[in-house]
Amino acid sequence: MNRYPLWKNLLVAGMILLGLLYTLPNFYGESPAVQVSSVKSTIKVDTKLAQRVEETLQAANIPHQGVFSDLNSVRVRFGDTETQIKAKDAVEKALNPDANNASYVVALNLLSSSPNWLRALHALPMYLGLDLRGGVHFLLQVDMKGALTKRLDATGTDLRTLLRDKNVRHIGVARDGLAVAIKFRDEETRKKARDAISDTQTDLLLADAQDGADLKLVATLKPEAQKRIQEFAVKQNITTLHNRINELGVAEPIIQQQGADRIVVQLPGVQDTAKAKDILGRTATLEVRLVDDENSENPAVMEQAAHGQPPLGTEYYVERNGHPLLVKKQVVLTGDRLTDAQPGFDNQTHEAAVHLTLDSAGARIFKDLTRENVNKRMAILLIEKGKGEVVTAPVIRTEIGGGRVQISGRMTTMEAADTALLLRAGSLAAPMEIIEERTIGPSLGAENIKKGFDSTLWGFAAVAVFMTAYYLLFGFISVIALACNLLFLIALLSLMQATLTLPGMAAIALTLGMAIDANVLINERVREELRNGNSPQAAISAGYDRAFGTIIDSNITTLIAGVALFIFGSGPVRGFAVVLCLGILTSIFSAVTVSRAIVNLYYGRQRKLEKVSIGQIWKAGAK
Amino acid sequence: MEFFRIKRDIPFMKHALVFNVISLITFLLAVFFLTTRGLHFSIEFTGGTLMEVAYAEAPNVDQVRSHLEKDGFADAQVQNFGSARDLLIRVPLAKGLDSAKTSERVLTTLTAAGGNPQFRRVEFVGPQVGKELASDGAMALLLVCFGIMAYLALRFEWRFAVSAIIANLHDIVIILGFFAFFQWEFSLPVLAAVLAILGYSVNESVVVFDRIRENFKKMRKATVPQVIDNAITVTMSRTIITHGCTQMVVLSMLIFGGETLHYFALALTIGILFGIYSSVLVSSPLVMWLGVSRDQFIKPKKDKEEAVV
Repeated sequence: MNRYPLWKNLLVAGMILLGLLYTLPNFYGESPAVQVSSVKSTIKVDTKLAQRVEETLQAANIPHQGVFSDLNSVRVRFGDTETQIKAKDAVEKALNPDANNASYVVALNLLSSSPNWLRALHALPMYLGLDLRGGVHFLLQVDMKGALTKRLDATGTDLRTLLRDKNVRHIGVARDGLAVAIKFRDEETRKKARDAISDTQTDLLLADAQDGADLKLVATLKPEAQKRIQEFAVKQNITTLHNRINELGVAEPIIQQQGADRIVVQLPGVQDTAKAKDILGRTATLEVRLVDDENSENPAVMEQAAHGQPPLGTEYYVERNGHPLLVKKQVVLTGDRLTDAQPGFDNQTHEAAVHLTLDSAGARIFKDLTRENVNKRMAILLIEKGKGEVVTAPVIRTEIGGGRVQISGRMTTMEAADTALLLRAGSLAAPMEIIEERTIGPSLGAENIKKGFDSTLWGFAAVAVFMTAYYLLFGFISVIALACNLLFLIALLSLMQATLTLPGMAAIALTLGMAIDANVLINERVREELRNGNSPQAAISAGYDRAFGTIIDSNITTLIAGVALFIFGSGPVRGFAVVLCLGILTSIFSAVTVSRAIVNLYYGRQRKLEKVSIGQIWKAGAK
Repeated sequence: MEFFRIKRDIPFMKHALVFNVISLITFLLAVFFLTTRGLHFSIEFTGGTLMEVAYAEAPNVDQVRSHLEKDGFADAQVQNFGSARDLLIRVPLAKGLDSAKTSERVLTTLTAAGGNPQFRRVEFVGPQVGKELASDGAMALLLVCFGIMAYLALRFEWRFAVSAIIANLHDIVIILGFFAFFQWEFSLPVLAAVLAILGYSVNESVVVFDRIRENFKKMRKATVPQVIDNAITVTMSRTIITHGCTQMVVLSMLIFGGETLHYFALALTIGILFGIYSSVLVSSPLVMWLGVSRDQFIKPKKDKEEAVV
């Protein structure tokens, strides 16, 4: 009766094997590595880059322990930190010949030193949270009202232009809070204005109002438009942050949206918070300028310009494709006029292109610019940190009106998508404010790991000693089940690539303390069955079967608490909740199925079982 | 080894009134301290800046404080943390102070004061985050209470649900009372511990209730107090051993976990100790006062599951 069918034994053995396999990477520790990733979204990380890095290391005669590449980065592992730093310098020099215009981030990182066959199975170590590895955490609040007012300011300008174009006379357009008010002298003009506006500005909600003797038309943004603008603002800010943080040379930054209007930024290993804050708060902008074609084609002038002496009123830039050119200093149009940039295709040539949408003031400027400069070149620059980069410098073929601009030529679809992103991401769509900051030094992180580990270890040891002393063999089997529980939990966390934090480690320890409850229930029940005079085999069977209901009951209430913590908790508390919930689930399996499997293997095959080792069975009355 | 060699059922219910009075007094004391002293909330709730600074040699705390005061941090709290060489500095949120820059300014002040201080940890929390945490915490507490009551009502019946939740909520208030009395720091991990304890110690009530229900069916002639006494007596062994094991782990956290886990483990310890007491000795009398009787369990025959332990 106390025998498991073969499949059940195999299941338990298989689970333990899987548990071991996925827990294993955590024991290998980490070895120093150099990580190369691209700063510019137009430059992709591919196998060619990996090859280049490998060749560079070979040329510099630096031994390495393997080059790994994934979608975002190339990583090289080294034996010690000395080689790591040497390699970083060598790779940096080879990939970024111009330090002021770096295309790649070369960062120091730690890489799991687990063998390749484990990595092939996706067996990776748990990801350590900032409190365990050190680093900076920021929570940024996006000013949604700021995003809307910025948009309404632009709308005000648009409305002025629109009314002038349509010859509607008004006596003032002004933004008032989250509305734009236009004043008129008489009802007829107001009606004309309303028709004109509602034809073109579909995002606006128009209402009549009276201000003294003046008639007013109050325009507000429709709720759905507000929502769209705000969502767009958060997305754009995240993209911008990504671009900026890339320059910090952080190995594995995390930039995520949290809730409707917040962004979490985590920079592991970064200690210089001041610099990090500076970079997060920086503004970038887009500029359209004209190219000085005459001088750009004059080799003598270019030669001089390359040495830092460009002609008066121009600046020297190198285009993406390596062509140098001179750009006039006068800014014709800035990124404030850009409302959208999307990748797409040219209608006639079917080439990849980027479609820009300008607001109406921008459209007018652009129309004038292109009309007056047909067959000349214009340059689109991204200005960041006072440093400009020519994104593209196309030749103007015809006059372009309507505010829809297309950039095409010499672009792959990928490049078009990236350029669109870059243009969108140049500046922040809405101001942001740091509302939470956490910095943890690396030494503190290491200390926290030790503290969490020691708590778990000694807690486990104490429970193990007690259980074995109190329940003898059954206690020992319970300890093995508890060890399996720990194994399953860590394997599961590693498999999910969950982030381990100090509260998470506390939850692991706590789960162990709570999980033993199930085995205590079983062992007590088996003792009780024996006390009632049942045969050992029957007692084992009844003990396990009857304890199961109570085990489920007593775990469900804790699970409810865990789920509530998960729903309403944030950050470290959420980590705690995840570990708690997973721990409860694994403990049910290990306490019931694994310990039963061992008991069955040991006792199940003995026909005439006289006695089981579960400690003294004391009966009332019998001395 | 067998710890519990009890020959007769212990007449717990005879003293039910005593237990409930003890509970009531501790509860009222806890409420008293909560209202008069209040909780010492961590900056996660109040907002502000917290810095852990390490010095090579033990600094003079008063000097550091006066330096900070001179530089405009009038309300800064400075205290030793762990060792004499580590300082914990708290700067509350203040109007006109650019909060995001506070940590940098404090470091400048401290560096100027000498001693080569090193930042080990900086935490800054803005005012909007703190308010949210408090409301989220309350929501989580509400959800846990509601979830547990619904589960117990479904699994047993409403009298059990009500008495279990009263017993365990009174636990929570007592834990908070301790935190108020000793002015221990109430942080986010402590809140997590409190909620985990709520879920965990209800187990105890579940096990006893399970047994009470079983006894109503088995012990046909026994009175209600006798039924409850027996249920508590036979489950006692398991109760003590289980909680003892959990407490061993928590104790290990208290010893090895360092400052960060200190209050978390402390909350768990109080919770476990009072959890045993209240979920057994408070909830059972409550069930009795609420008028539990055999009839409520006899009619539905389908209840097949048997209680354990």
